Amino acid sequence: MRVLGIETSCDETGIGLVDSSAGVVAEALFSQVGIHRPHGGVVPELAARDHVRKLLPLLRETLGAREMDEVDAVAYTAGPGLIGALLTGAVFGHSLAWALGKPAIGVHHLEAHLLAVMLQGAPPPPYLALLVSGGHTQLVAAHDIGHYELLGDTLDDAVGEAFDKVARMLGLGYPGGPEIQRLARRGRARRFEFPQPMARRPGLDFSFSGLKTRALQTLRHCGDDDDRCHADIALAFEMAAVGSLTERCRRALGQSGCKRLVAAGGVAANARLRRELAKLGGDGVEVIYPEMKLCADNGVMIANAGLLRLQAGQTPDPLPQVRARWPLTELQPPRAA
Amino acid sequence: MNAAQFWQAVSKATLFIESADAMERLGACLAPGARAASSIWLQGDLGAGKTTLCRGFIRALGYRGRVKSPSYTLLESYSTARFPVHHFDFYRIADSGEVEWIGIRDYFDDEAVCLVEWPERAGRRLPPPALRVTLAHAGDGRRASLHSEDGHALTAALQAFRRG
Repeated sequence: MRVLGIETSCDETGIGLVDSSAGVVAEALFSQVGIHRPHGGVVPELAARDHVRKLLPLLRETLGAREMDEVDAVAYTAGPGLIGALLTGAVFGHSLAWALGKPAIGVHHLEAHLLAVMLQGAPPPPYLALLVSGGHTQLVAAHDIGHYELLGDTLDDAVGEAFDKVARMLGLGYPGGPEIQRLARRGRARRFEFPQPMARRPGLDFSFSGLKTRALQTLRHCGDDDDRCHADIALAFEMAAVGSLTERCRRALGQSGCKRLVAAGGVAANARLRRELAKLGGDGVEVIYPEMKLCADNGVMIANAGLLRLQAGQTPDPLPQVRARWPLTELQPPRAA
Repeated sequence: MNAAQFWQAVSKATLFIESADAMERLGACLAPGARAASSIWLQGDLGAGKTTLCRGFIRALGYRGRVKSPSYTLLESYSTARFPVHHFDFYRIADSGEVEWIGIRDYFDDEAVCLVEWPERAGRRLPPPALRVTLAHAGDGRRASLHSEDGHALTAALQAFRRG
């Protein structure tokens, strides 16, 4: 079975084609990050979320010389996200499926992130998942497909958002994650030490707003173009943020007795986080990361989640329905209507 | 109300806010005076406390869940007993035309209260606010400047805040 996946929940427009036996067949992504038009200008964010204009060119790019009838089903992100952005993908997906006489299925964006590692051969849940991106910071017990328990969440800012905002304070580009990571390599450890957020609080929740403010307050004591100072702040920030994420994962592994930890989302591309989480492995515990290109939002993971649900016998959706708010815990296991 | 009465009703205040808890409390004190079909603008630099104030406002209306930053999602909506609250953050908006892609016209309706962070990024596409809050760093605390078109509501909020 071949499923076409469409992602339009926020900034990125992504299309992917996934085959039940061959895995990823083709993909195309239009990201607001670092895109340059032929005439050399950076595409403004206005265009970046203009999913309507990008879907057809991306579909053509994904299909290449393939025929449309190779597609057995269409999956699209049904939520959570911006309602207008979601509707664009849902209506596009349903129209395409209707024209082809194939089924269409709505997918939960975060479930797609959680299941993306299965594309690289990882076994299905149960596992613990750390979902970290610009919009989310969650620790989830994935018991089975469609059966998720929220163990921890951010009380304020998502970790990726904190990276972006601290990067902006330091005069770095967007997205902030890679920029902070680059600058932090030149930082001197222990010049500044930021307390690990929530370290003394029990439970598995996160908080990054205070850390962001701490970075800002420290920056005020640096000169405007004090590169050393900026690098030291970047390092102190990265260490505290990653330390907080890692510590909560260690705690969750201990409390749940779960033996597998999966990282997902854009921040899972951070090298320090991957390194520190890897240290939680061993002793029977396995730590799994998605490939770099599967970390950020993309169409392939949507195709994968749709494929898994259809294979498990879920009835396709007769109409395009989207939900701006859709807690992961409200999902149901795949089932026939 | 004629123009003269309107200007008499407008009132301004400046407060020193010493902590994040106090910022949340200021938000909570502003909630009772808010009316449906109005908006509150929150301006100030990164880390100035805009989202913290919004959290206090939304919690004071009885919402018990998490109030997270909408910087990435651009919008978080809450249903409360008095009115729906839409919490916008236009920080990531580079071009004011983009707010149309979010469909803002559907949210600024007759029922809701809209809390808007970084309203300046939306250019002139937003209706005028009932209350403008400007937050600035001041030592380890923050300075909050409030400018309301409803002097009575603002006075009541300030009295509640000072009572602690």
